[in-house]
Amino acid sequence: MSKSISIPAQTYTGNVRDFGSLVTFLISQLKPRGKMLTPFNIITAPIILVGGVLIVIRFWKGIGYVSNLSQEFPWGIWIGFDVVTGVAFAAGAYVLTFVVDILKFKKYEPVLRATVLNGLLAYVFYSGALLIDIGRPWNIVNPIIGNKFGFSSVMFLVAWHFLLYMICEFLEFAPAIAEWLGWWKLRKFLHAITAGAVILGITLSTLHQAGLGSLFLLARNKIHPLWYSQHIPMLFFVSSIFAGLSIVIIESSLTHRIFAHRLPKGNHGGHDEIVLGLSKGAAGTMLAYFFLKIVEIVHGQNIHLLSTPMGQWYLLEVLGFVLFPAFLFLSAIKRRSVKMAQFAAVLTALGIMLNRLNISIIAFKWDSPNHYYPSWHEVVITGAIISIELWAFRWIVNRMPVLDERHDPQEVKMNNRRH
Amino acid sequence: MSFKRRDFLKVAAGTAGLALLGPGKSADASSAVPNPNNPEFFGMLIDTTACIGCRACEQACGEQNKLAEQPAEYWDDKTMDQPRDTTPDTYLVVNKYPNPADPSKPIFSRKQCMHCNQPACASACLVKGLEKTKEGPVNYDKTRCMGCRYCMIACPFDIPKFNYDSPTPVISKCVFCTSRLKNGEKPACADACPTGATLFGTRRELLEEAKKRIYTNPGKYHNKIYGENEVGGTGFMYLSSVPFEQIGMKKNIGSTPYPEDTLGFLFSVPLVDVLWPALLAGLYSISKGKDAENQKDEKETHHE
Repeated sequence: MSKSISIPAQTYTGNVRDFGSLVTFLISQLKPRGKMLTPFNIITAPIILVGGVLIVIRFWKGIGYVSNLSQEFPWGIWIGFDVVTGVAFAAGAYVLTFVVDILKFKKYEPVLRATVLNGLLAYVFYSGALLIDIGRPWNIVNPIIGNKFGFSSVMFLVAWHFLLYMICEFLEFAPAIAEWLGWWKLRKFLHAITAGAVILGITLSTLHQAGLGSLFLLARNKIHPLWYSQHIPMLFFVSSIFAGLSIVIIESSLTHRIFAHRLPKGNHGGHDEIVLGLSKGAAGTMLAYFFLKIVEIVHGQNIHLLSTPMGQWYLLEVLGFVLFPAFLFLSAIKRRSVKMAQFAAVLTALGIMLNRLNISIIAFKWDSPNHYYPSWHEVVITGAIISIELWAFRWIVNRMPVLDERHDPQEVKMNNRRH
Repeated sequence: MSFKRRDFLKVAAGTAGLALLGPGKSADASSAVPNPNNPEFFGMLIDTTACIGCRACEQACGEQNKLAEQPAEYWDDKTMDQPRDTTPDTYLVVNKYPNPADPSKPIFSRKQCMHCNQPACASACLVKGLEKTKEGPVNYDKTRCMGCRYCMIACPFDIPKFNYDSPTPVISKCVFCTSRLKNGEKPACADACPTGATLFGTRRELLEEAKKRIYTNPGKYHNKIYGENEVGGTGFMYLSSVPFEQIGMKKNIGSTPYPEDTLGFLFSVPLVDVLWPALLAGLYSISKGKDAENQKDEKETHHE
């Protein structure tokens, strides 16, 4: 291979041989890097602080003190946004591992690690958010180690697939950690099992993306007929593909700006190609999804509902945030306009958010005289969780080899010697 | 004070109830004694035409389940002016509805867990915190419950309640006096009912009784037994003189048991778990071969 890979010097400080050097290394890595008073820090730090206080109150006094959840609306934004929307947004990881590790489209490799890391962090923090939402979190291990397995429960399957997928994602990301620590033998082993973790991860993702939708199958008489259908699982799965792809476009575009110092030199043209390539995938799945939605409406004999206020809300979601961005993607590919593709990705992500919130909150008991609106506490706690997640992402990206290309152990060893 | 009034009502209503039902109609079902070895499961028949709104059942329920005591004004009839929902502290409520035939005689009906034959809540629960027992009750076990509230999302009747104001919340709802059934006693509410409006028995017996009442009293009942087919059948069933939506019962909940809605997905899980890895591994081995070839080509061109 003649192509040389430039490795930022500070990445491979790890040469950890024993426990003592591991501790010293970790302590040296824990130190914050860069300026403290950035606009990002100034906004997120108070949110995290206030959110932390609210979380303490929630565990001390009860969920009712910090939320607008009620007997009528037991699930709010902690489920509808943090979990149901967040998991769809994290779908990029399984879609990209499929494209890169199974189909071997090497073109997308530069954005793979960041995407997997994002997915992993999303899952870790959403299960964290779940601990806040569920009333008896000390029993959370029951579906895993308890002797009472609710096999008939969709939630049981989702919980197991969720947990196993987190392990898979950790294994997929682990090579970066091994490289960071300079543990090459482990790195070699992890590299060997990556394909297995990827195959298992895609399978588990398919099911729990669909499973999150299936949760709502039991709310037959509570969800507006335009959103309720027997095919929610399929719709959730298909939409998770373009949800994930659009988030990869947004996230990689942002990280390429923010973490430019971490990128291998001369990779910017490559990123444009990646965005346009991902746009093709998004547009294709979005058109397929739109077609499914039409079939759904015709089959459910719900066309007459489109003229009601809820019907217009539905049309806004499906036309304005699925069909329109799909055409924007197509147009962006034709004109080779990365900016347009990024705009389309933002619209698509908003559309996914709208869809998930519609099913879990807005169209849920749409005909009730009461409605649920999140309390400011709920919003701040959600904001705090997202902020901590972004801090963790930044910390890892600034230390581990995430944004640079994946390395062959042999190559890195040679490079390391040269340094 | 209210106690005495209630006791008086019980006696008064007992006599009135007999007159109301006519001879022989308070019937066998109400005297059914639970037999723990009975393979048939238990249910209740609520004949709202016999209910006088004395709320003895409500009071008995609170005492039996050791629920928080209610203030004196709670027992005032005015409480019933607005239809009420069950709460974490009241598993059973009696509600008052206008009677279109005779405005001076309002219709009373009660609301509590319906103890579905195939409960949505139990199929939703991932730790079997809610479970349908073979005797009929849908029981709750707080040592298993995670507090995820999926049962509340799933229940077609919105029965499970959650005390949001506690750091150690639980799901609360009627458990059909399981402990009393085990001792061979009737549930507290059925025991307390002075008019036979709440009848206890096996579900089969109660269905027979309900049909008999409809057929032998032409014009008295709306010709339907609520709970016979609703969501696949419920343990608690209702008779009424007016269409059921007029006494606060849910309409449009269908006759398919709720758990069936998720069966398709649940069956697809093992299929996907087996098929996907096989397909993906196949794809992987194909593209891996291609990849190796490409690399070989690359190397060769480099050598040149």
